[in-house]
Amino acid sequence: MTATVTAAPLTADAWRQFAGDGWRERVDVRDFVQANYTPYEGDASFLAGPTDRTRAVWGKVSALFPEERRRGIHDVDAATPSTITSHAPGFIDRERELIVGLQTDAPLKRAIMPNGGLRMVENGLRAYGYEPDPLVSEIFGKYRKTHNDGVFDAYTPAMRTARRVGIITGLPDSYGRGRIIGDYRRVALYGTDRLIEAKRAERALLDARPSTEHVIRDREELAEQIKALRELTRMAATYGCDVSRPAATAHEAVQWLYLGYLAAVKEQNGAAMSLGRTSTFLDVYLRRDLEEGTVDESRAQELIDDFVIKLRIVRFLRTPEYDALFSGDPTWVTESIGGIGEDGRPLVTRTSFRFLQTLYNLGPAPEPNLTVLWSPALPAGFKEFCAQVSIDTSAVQYESDDLMRPRSGDDTAIACCVSAMAVGRQMQFFGARVNLAKALLYAINGGRDEMTGEQVTPEMPALTGEYLDARELTAAYDRVLDWLAGTYVDALNVIHYMHDKYAYERIEMALHDHPVHRFMACGIAGLSVAADSLSAVEHARVKVLRDGSGLAVDFRTEGEYPAYGNNDDRADAIAVRLVESFMAKVRRHPTYRDAEHTQSVLTITSNVVYGKHTGNTPDGRRAGQPFAPGANPMNGRDRHGVVASALSVAKLPYESARDGISLTTTITPEGLGHVPAERAGHLVGILDGYMAGGGFHMNVNVLDRATLEDAMEHPEKYPELTIRVSGYAVNFVRLTREQQLDVISRTFHGSL
Amino acid sequence: MTTAARAVTGRVHSWDLSTGVDGPGTRFVLFTSGCPLRCLYCANPDTWRMRDGRERTVEEVMGEIEKYRSFLTTAGGGVTLTGGEPLLQPRFTGAVLRRCKEAGLHTAIDTSGLLGARATDEMLTDTDLVLLDVKSFDVRTYRRLTGGALAPTLSFATRLNRLGVPVWIRYVLVPGWTDDLAAVDGLAEFVGGLDTVRRVDVLPFHRLGAGKYEALGIRFPLRDTRAPDPALVEEVRRRFRAHGKDAY
Repeated sequence: MTATVTAAPLTADAWRQFAGDGWRERVDVRDFVQANYTPYEGDASFLAGPTDRTRAVWGKVSALFPEERRRGIHDVDAATPSTITSHAPGFIDRERELIVGLQTDAPLKRAIMPNGGLRMVENGLRAYGYEPDPLVSEIFGKYRKTHNDGVFDAYTPAMRTARRVGIITGLPDSYGRGRIIGDYRRVALYGTDRLIEAKRAERALLDARPSTEHVIRDREELAEQIKALRELTRMAATYGCDVSRPAATAHEAVQWLYLGYLAAVKEQNGAAMSLGRTSTFLDVYLRRDLEEGTVDESRAQELIDDFVIKLRIVRFLRTPEYDALFSGDPTWVTESIGGIGEDGRPLVTRTSFRFLQTLYNLGPAPEPNLTVLWSPALPAGFKEFCAQVSIDTSAVQYESDDLMRPRSGDDTAIACCVSAMAVGRQMQFFGARVNLAKALLYAINGGRDEMTGEQVTPEMPALTGEYLDARELTAAYDRVLDWLAGTYVDALNVIHYMHDKYAYERIEMALHDHPVHRFMACGIAGLSVAADSLSAVEHARVKVLRDGSGLAVDFRTEGEYPAYGNNDDRADAIAVRLVESFMAKVRRHPTYRDAEHTQSVLTITSNVVYGKHTGNTPDGRRAGQPFAPGANPMNGRDRHGVVASALSVAKLPYESARDGISLTTTITPEGLGHVPAERAGHLVGILDGYMAGGGFHMNVNVLDRATLEDAMEHPEKYPELTIRVSGYAVNFVRLTREQQLDVISRTFHGSL
Repeated sequence: MTTAARAVTGRVHSWDLSTGVDGPGTRFVLFTSGCPLRCLYCANPDTWRMRDGRERTVEEVMGEIEKYRSFLTTAGGGVTLTGGEPLLQPRFTGAVLRRCKEAGLHTAIDTSGLLGARATDEMLTDTDLVLLDVKSFDVRTYRRLTGGALAPTLSFATRLNRLGVPVWIRYVLVPGWTDDLAAVDGLAEFVGGLDTVRRVDVLPFHRLGAGKYEALGIRFPLRDTRAPDPALVEEVRRRFRAHGKDAY
């Protein structure tokens, strides 16, 4: 190709001073990072504050937020189904912006993406006072089938029922599934010409194989990936950027990488649109420019600040119900920072610090979802800075690098909240979660729903004793979970078949290797309720109260029982057993595209909604009361402080929950020590101890109840108040009142 | 360890984990039951009477601590015995401290020092840190505030200094009771002369224990006392610093 001839000198210039060979011969960003990055073991003293330019750009766009919050959305283009190239370029402040590119032609103006489902688009528009465009409705109602339509064509009655009663919820059957991380770094390192060339080579291998159904699908997908890369090139050109060639400077590297990501969020409204692991990659470029004297620290920080401004204003059109479920408007632009390399060198660079510094320069915010891959072996200066940022902003989450690295390598990033993916090599089929607490009630009631009396599972014998018998209950629970796992995996297969068919992630998958490793990411909710209920039955006596039709509707616990969350094996072992046993059941069912089964213990904020749809439980929880989030112990039952609580969670085996185990903690500032200057060091100790003890994830909030109560009464005073909820962060003032009360009712680990 | 020592029991109120308030780092905190003093501001009136505690063997307590050993070692913390008054049960306290040392854990006791004479030299060898609560430096105020005598505390402090046992002084600042700056200066001068005093924690009085009094049906004597002014807290810290001690 002539293009490569002319591109060669450009490439040589773009790659000046870079070391290593493997990454030049094949698309391999990890190899590039390893060959070129410089670990930073110092402290945060080198960081630069915001410049006037940064303040002006951020001021201009953040001035739009109050109105957006009030109206629900700022604006929407209801007539143009979004594609990579659908919209003219948009700017916040053309003169001042360093990193350019918006999803539509104006900031905060949302786009429609009907491929996932037309109904979601129409409902979203109407909810915010916009009329759906008749032509769009005609096209996607008449000529072009959506993912949502496809799924409902293939759902069985059993799947529909399970979905309706809320034993399986949050299924991505009417919108983009998300949780796929394109390796956006590839755009910067290689440019799209080279990436297209590599995709052609992958395609050529397929062309040599017989045209079976699988091969045909793969060939069509690769063709779409190549088209998407071309569209990315065209979209970038409208912003004056030639991404067909590699980035030659740090400024270009940030810009190219962002344009790759932008292409993804222009075409997909996936629940979680995570960014990957970009900071140390970008550091290679920033360091080179700093050495060449073309940027200084202040400009380096500006580039990251500007990039983060863009990540903070990613928006999707969703329905108010969806926002209520997920607390505001999350996009899960997760950026994974830090970690340790396989050779033992920390993957911490100055740019790891620069990303965290944006929480000071721009103020705290929930997005991007800054995630530190933690290991006790991280450099002390970095650990201390992370802890201080947590104490100051409550906007950081931590995940165990030591658990992930041996399994998915040192180029792993978090998709969404807690899902580990080797960047560009692995993807997942997002599977939401099942309600284990409700399933326990089904076991007691022979598969009848405790709220409606409806027979949901195939008929099973109900438990009829006056008191629950542990052995009987365990056997019945096992039967219900067998049924649930089968129905669940089956439904996920339908969903992901249709998503691939009607809403394929072309650009994200173009930034993956072919073939890609796929996970079927199942999940469980209500773990602590189920574990405590079983503990109550085992260690105390639980009397069943039934209504006229024999349905168990309430329970009386006589005596005390050990509760999950106190580092007490009597209860914790039950939770461990539940996780292991459900994982084993899930694994028995074949998956679409032979995806590898995984599961998470994560609820997002749907713990509130799950609770609402679940009756009284034997642990003493009342009907409608929220579950604890993720793998958290039930609120108030963890009576021995944050460490005991965390060590209970740390017992849950990562091997049986490879899609992540989420723990959200709230510690009062005093709970980290009497002396403010010592608190960061103490938090470092807690994170080290928890992760060394096998803990996987910790959301750290450092807050007191009074602040949250005041924010409920005077939201205008706290526009930036950010809290970690369940694998991500939210603006506290954007939560529904119900969710705010749930957060406040949670255990605050403090001290007297 | 002999079988007899293993069979030592103590009266225990509860256990908890805390960070940065009961000695360095994150600590397993064992609350023993029973205290000879009745400090007016006491935040733990539920630990006053020994008979309210549950009888526990050293073995049982160590079983619980063992669950946290690796965490505490990694996080940089240890075990603190408090109460109540741990020196009210010296055999039990000594046995737990010994076992913790054997397990490689940093050990601390939190005590008023009134019963310092009951702490054997051997026990103090197993103690890495004493959190010494000096309630007041004025003899009469001390007695009115606590019902006990000040002198044993001071002689315990001197003994700890002689034995080389590190000490953190804890001083609860209670408006109207312990905010007399002359008394503060007296204490500051005294601790300034003790080499093993590593720091002084000036703790502002709080009323968070009031709920416990209510639950116990006891009148909280300081229910109308306010928390001290932050400026006063800082001033008191300054006076300790003036005598060469780190004060927080």
